[in-house]
Amino acid sequence: MKKTTRDHLITFGLVVVVYLIVQLLIATGNMSSLMQGLLVPMCTYSIVAIGLNLCVGYLGELSIGHAGFMCVGAFSGAVVSKLLSETVTNGILLFVIALAVGTLMAALCGFLIGIPVLRLRGDYLAIVTLAFGEIIKNIINVLYIGKDSQGFHFSLSNPIEIEEEGLWLINGAKGIAKITHLSSFTIGVVLILISLFVVYNLVNSRSGRAIMAIRDNRISAESVGINITKYKLMAFTISAAIAGAGGVLYAHNLSTVTATPANFGYNMSIMILVFVVLGGIGSFRGSIIAAVLLTLLPELLRGLSDYRMLIYSIVLIAMMLFNWSPRMKDFRAAHSLKGRFGKKTAKEAE
Amino acid sequence: MKKKLVSMFLALALAASLVGCGDGNEGAGDGDTAQEGADSADDAGASEGSFKIGGIGPITGNTALYGKAVQNGAQIAVDEINAAGGINGYQISYKFEDDQNDAEKSVNAYNSLKDWGMQLLMGTVTTTPCVAVAPETANDNMYLLTPSASSTDVIEADNAFQVCFTDPNQGKASAEYIAEKKLATKVAIIYNSSSVYSSGIEASFKKEAETRGLEIVADEAFTDDSSTDFSTQLQKAQSAGAELVFLPFYYTEASIVLTQADTMGYDPIFFGVDGMDGILGVENFNTELAEGVMLLTPFAADSDDEMTKAFVAKYQEKYNEIPIQFAADAYDAIYIMKAALEKAGATPDMSASDICDAMKVAMTEISCTGLTSAGSEMTWEANGEVSKAPMAVVIKDGVYVAAE
Amino acid sequence: MSFLSNLINGISLGSVYAIIALGYTMVYGIAKMLNFAHGDVIMIGCYAVFMTMSRQGWPPLLSVAFAVVVCTALGMIIEKIAYKPLRRATPLAVLITAIGVSYFLQNSALLIFGADTKSFTSVVAVPPIKLAGGALTIPGTAIVTVAVCLVIMVALTLFIKKTKAGQAMLAVSEDKDAAQLMGININGTISLTFAIGSGLAAIAGVLFCSTYPSLTPYTGSMPGIKAFTAAVFGGIGSVPGALLGGILLGVIEILGRAYISSQLSDAIVFAVLIIVLLVKPTGILGKKVSEKV
Repeated sequence: MKKTTRDHLITFGLVVVVYLIVQLLIATGNMSSLMQGLLVPMCTYSIVAIGLNLCVGYLGELSIGHAGFMCVGAFSGAVVSKLLSETVTNGILLFVIALAVGTLMAALCGFLIGIPVLRLRGDYLAIVTLAFGEIIKNIINVLYIGKDSQGFHFSLSNPIEIEEEGLWLINGAKGIAKITHLSSFTIGVVLILISLFVVYNLVNSRSGRAIMAIRDNRISAESVGINITKYKLMAFTISAAIAGAGGVLYAHNLSTVTATPANFGYNMSIMILVFVVLGGIGSFRGSIIAAVLLTLLPELLRGLSDYRMLIYSIVLIAMMLFNWSPRMKDFRAAHSLKGRFGKKTAKEAE
Repeated sequence: MKKKLVSMFLALALAASLVGCGDGNEGAGDGDTAQEGADSADDAGASEGSFKIGGIGPITGNTALYGKAVQNGAQIAVDEINAAGGINGYQISYKFEDDQNDAEKSVNAYNSLKDWGMQLLMGTVTTTPCVAVAPETANDNMYLLTPSASSTDVIEADNAFQVCFTDPNQGKASAEYIAEKKLATKVAIIYNSSSVYSSGIEASFKKEAETRGLEIVADEAFTDDSSTDFSTQLQKAQSAGAELVFLPFYYTEASIVLTQADTMGYDPIFFGVDGMDGILGVENFNTELAEGVMLLTPFAADSDDEMTKAFVAKYQEKYNEIPIQFAADAYDAIYIMKAALEKAGATPDMSASDICDAMKVAMTEISCTGLTSAGSEMTWEANGEVSKAPMAVVIKDGVYVAAE
Repeated sequence: MSFLSNLINGISLGSVYAIIALGYTMVYGIAKMLNFAHGDVIMIGCYAVFMTMSRQGWPPLLSVAFAVVVCTALGMIIEKIAYKPLRRATPLAVLITAIGVSYFLQNSALLIFGADTKSFTSVVAVPPIKLAGGALTIPGTAIVTVAVCLVIMVALTLFIKKTKAGQAMLAVSEDKDAAQLMGININGTISLTFAIGSGLAAIAGVLFCSTYPSLTPYTGSMPGIKAFTAAVFGGIGSVPGALLGGILLGVIEILGRAYISSQLSDAIVFAVLIIVLLVKPTGILGKKVSEKV
């Protein structure tokens, strides 16, 4: 078996094993309500972290607006499930439709944002994704969509009146209310597995190698005839789509979804970035583990919540210095376990 | 190799933490709550048969003032009741969890309280998290009494009740008050469109103002992201000749509005709602600017009835500050729970769901006089809405004084 | 008349953006990095003034001077600890570190000063000017802000053109290795750039908080991001570009809020950024730089 294949199977296996353990704990009544409530958020963050890791680790571009894609997915998914909740009674089917729409909308946004921006250098992409996230949040907060016997009503900025028995789809800052609770831990895990399957297949394909070639040296990649824009767009769109899928899961776990700075703002994007960096840039398994642990820890240590973000920030700086500072590189080369016990593979020596 | 070791270790740690939590709270989730989690209860000696009341609110973050006020106000009521022999002869265990005014954290806090064995929920303090928690409580059939979350969305299910006015009522009452006292005819509104609370009040205020013949000359919004600069909104109000500016949002932003209006040399009557309460507590805020600001709130700390005096004295002694309306709401909430529990004849060995069923009936039968009812009695409809008399407060010489 | 007052507010806000944008543009020009923590240095500067002036009762000018010293030192320390070891690392690593530093500053401030909003007393004591029989009021803070901004711009341009250190900064931003061969102290020059940028940030912060009198640990982040937008708008690396970009952005923001939608003003600002990058990625006054392998 190839090394990468084995590596991927370990990740899939790990997810399945954790899933089974959790199911066992729930079945035997050993799982607290707090933990059960955290299961779906954990899945959500894992999925979005996988998406962001594709962008940061393989495309080599920093996005600090992935919460914006999550937001697009959450809102478009929830609107669809609300609209169809009376015609489609099967919960799973309804979720799948919502998921498809949410993912597609997020992918579309990723594509549209990507066209102008991916021509630019790294720092610009970061700031534009940030700008995009803020714009989305801003617009959704003033977006009113309602449906009644007269048909659909749209408005930007001004609250509208709809008939008494009409249905509010998005009610401005009040967001979407009374969303059917469709998300479950099982669906979350299935989504994680699908996301993993997609990203693993992408990075090991011809396209994936092209994407990594662009990351490592754009100019030489271009000189061997790789279509930079196409591959960059491909990776960025898929990354946005996965974040959107996470958003759909997020929305259907809450009865009301609103676009506040806390859930779809800059802070959320940074939190997901922390998951990616802590789990290891380029390691999807690491992203999942980091997302799960960092969602659990603050809830288990509620008293420490004041220090949580401070600790995250120190972790971010320390990880970067540890990985990139020349002095630390020398230190690691001299004292690494690899040097003493294992043989140096080309990958690890990098 | 190292990588693999690390990931295996992490996986083990993860599994261990999952199992660990499961064990630590064994049985806490499945209803027989009387004995469980007593070790974590604040109240020593409360282990045999006590009512477990949980509270949720922001005690960190930028609305921390409200959460802390509720936490403290309720604590005073709990201490009083416990000292006087408890409810139906049983003591109260009281535990408060932080939600940082965040919907997701609030649901986590609720789950965490459920693990503790909570039977009655006093919370949540702020509206947005409460809208998220309320459906969860409806699913579990857990009794919810919110001291201050004022949206009508909060009380949609039949298990939820409010101590404070609903947003539509606040907006309506404000417009009524302004029209009746003839404070102004030309009115400007500035509101936070990204807040459910603020936009809810704005909508009903506007409706009522129009029927009452008030002329709304400017209706300007801002969002959480642009809540530091109000010069444009004030500019519009000023050039439209508004005599009164209605500010249905929280005190932090209101303090900026007042300061900027002063810089502009614009001096209309400012009229706020309960979120304005606390403006005098903003550090370094020039309270002279708040002179004459009116707000619709059911509680004034300077009131001279015995109950308020005693409460303010106790609060000052214990927490060294003058209580705001939120503390009073919470104090009332605990006493309302007591009255309803006594009416229903509930005992702590009942499950949360049974208590809730009993409370749904009892709440519509009781009537309470509290700190926040302006001397009249509070009663509840089955829909959870409170009916009580509104009251306006004006800021005079740096303190809140009952208007008229 | 209300249009004129809105315009004046816009120019005043834009001047603050311009001063902050200088910090971004100088650092970007020399270290080729987006110093994300710049906005939070502003916030620290505001707290320095708040603690000394409002709590200890220092005279305003002394407080501002103290804040400038604090921020200058802070900028240099940040550069030394967090950015210097990463000078040869990928831009991604540097950017993530900068975000980390930004978060570190915000959350340290949160723990030290608390989350509650502080009301900031204006340091400006200039009375407002009333024109056209009182129909048009120009706030004192606006006058001071614009004046300070212009003085800083002129001083900085002279500094870069006329002094040795300024010329060294130019040289380093052109070509780091060649500058080193010419005997220029690279570390010293970069350190100096951070020092100047951060010192200016303190002044910008004080002016910002004097106009918009509230102070929280997050005060700096939005103006910081918008000022970066302004720097990109004007052409990153260019001092006049920062001035032009800042003022244009401030005016767009205020006029957008007044005449388009008060809720979408941020969306408008960011949309401007995206459009600028689409049409002219180098900004209004920026020059095209060709990349080498």
